[in-house]
Amino acid sequence: MKRMKVVLHFPKESVDKPLVYKLAKDFGLFFNILKAEVKPEEEGLLLVELEGSEEQCQEALKYIESQRVRVQPLSKDISMDKKKCVDCTVCVSLCPTQALEKDQTTGEVNFIKEKCIACGICVKACPYGAMRITF
Amino acid sequence: MKTIQEINEKIRSGKAVTLTAEEIVQAVKKDGIKKTARRVDVVTTATFGPMCSSGIYFNIGHATPRIKLGGGKATLNDVPCYAGFAAIDLQLGANALPDSDPRNSIYPGKFAYGGGHVIADLVAGKKLPLKAEGYGTDCYPRTSLHALIGLQDMNEAVLFNFRNCYQNYNVAVNSSPKVIYTYMGILMPEFGNAAFCSAGQLSPLLNDPLYSTIGIGTKIFLGGAQGYVAWWGTQHNPGVARTEKGVPKVPAGTLALIGNLKEMESRWLVGTSMTGYGATLSVGVGIPIPILNEDILAQTAIEDREISAPIVDYAHAYPETKNEVLGYVNYAQLKSGTIEWNGKKIPTGSLSSIRKAREIAHELKNWVEQKKFVLSEPVGTIPSADSGYRFHPLKQGNAKE
Repeated sequence: MKRMKVVLHFPKESVDKPLVYKLAKDFGLFFNILKAEVKPEEEGLLLVELEGSEEQCQEALKYIESQRVRVQPLSKDISMDKKKCVDCTVCVSLCPTQALEKDQTTGEVNFIKEKCIACGICVKACPYGAMRITF
Repeated sequence: MKTIQEINEKIRSGKAVTLTAEEIVQAVKKDGIKKTARRVDVVTTATFGPMCSSGIYFNIGHATPRIKLGGGKATLNDVPCYAGFAAIDLQLGANALPDSDPRNSIYPGKFAYGGGHVIADLVAGKKLPLKAEGYGTDCYPRTSLHALIGLQDMNEAVLFNFRNCYQNYNVAVNSSPKVIYTYMGILMPEFGNAAFCSAGQLSPLLNDPLYSTIGIGTKIFLGGAQGYVAWWGTQHNPGVARTEKGVPKVPAGTLALIGNLKEMESRWLVGTSMTGYGATLSVGVGIPIPILNEDILAQTAIEDREISAPIVDYAHAYPETKNEVLGYVNYAQLKSGTIEWNGKKIPTGSLSSIRKAREIAHELKNWVEQKKFVLSEPVGTIPSADSGYRFHPLKQGNAKE
């Protein structure tokens, strides 16, 4: 069995198709939606964890791509160096998945790895080099 | 009601009551202005954020034979220093970049290492390569110098920042359809995010809006050491629109600060890189406000919700120096993480670290409580709202470009 996290970018015209349902029904995959941003008439984004045999996963992704959905595997890894972070919150407003959060009591910035889609904007934005990307 | 000398006597006898600019808000809510003004002696304010007009001057000591760097060239860890003073006095600004840095030719530039990082490295105790050239004179015959030099090898090393502690600041947004890279950080298209840079109710000059206690000679916390207000800062602009309480609605006053770099700490001076913009230095500053009377106390009791900042478009209005303000939001809204503007919810991020500012305000409070810090009497005043002093734009004249 294989488990993998992928980000699915839906073009506007595919947002209303039940594509994820098909992953379960036609390809027998278990899936867990970690993050969804799907609005009518706009490009959609779905972060899903897939579980199935290697073959099932490959077939399913091939099908998804044939439906003009861009598949971004989460092979990159973002980490936060707490010693370098000054808790300024520059990254918080830029993170598209709220993986960087400000604790309203302490003012500290926390990194919630499970929500991260490794887009890398925080790495570019952090003035102190506290966010790192590894491949 | 009280004098600075009386407060200092209380500090020396361990009886002074000190609260931070956040704690004073609660104290006034509980006991009112009159009672709190009698009880409290000092309110500590603070800020921590990128402050681009920061820099150091230092004296490297004479080499044998002597070299005159004034009028020559010098780099510290490949970052160019200003060599326009006497033989061995150099100056280094936070925004200086190595000649080898590609800047924005590879857009957006990373600006991974610059003057601010050199200053931070020195404070962290690193020895850095100094390379210098002079033109040679009869009394200074040497023409080139290579040395490895650290902070303690220098005779004097002084942090001298000629613009810090901006009193209020813009909230930066981007109305254009593309991402822009600014000194306020990355701004996403079509009002995708908003960036602000002030500690709000903790910020020094927002707690003394008309500069009635903070003046030339005021002793402060600077980068972890005891420093001083040297002058008002460049771009000081006290005559802007203000609220009934005298709090500026837009960026206004600034301070020039000075202190001994050798006594400073890494956690309060941090090298900073703004993608697509440049390198700089983030500085921690704390300023004590003596509670001499009820009016001064009332000013320190200001809250985030009472301080407004202007929303400015950094895609058009800012670069084109148009005085257009899209609206005003207060610091309580800004610090909450979202503002609402024109029916749109915009996520906010702060360049200024509120957590660090809070730590500095507490550190300065500890210094006072432990009798390590007494207040100084200012020796000169800072031009205030009614002075007529203003920051004006450049008149280019007939110069051809």
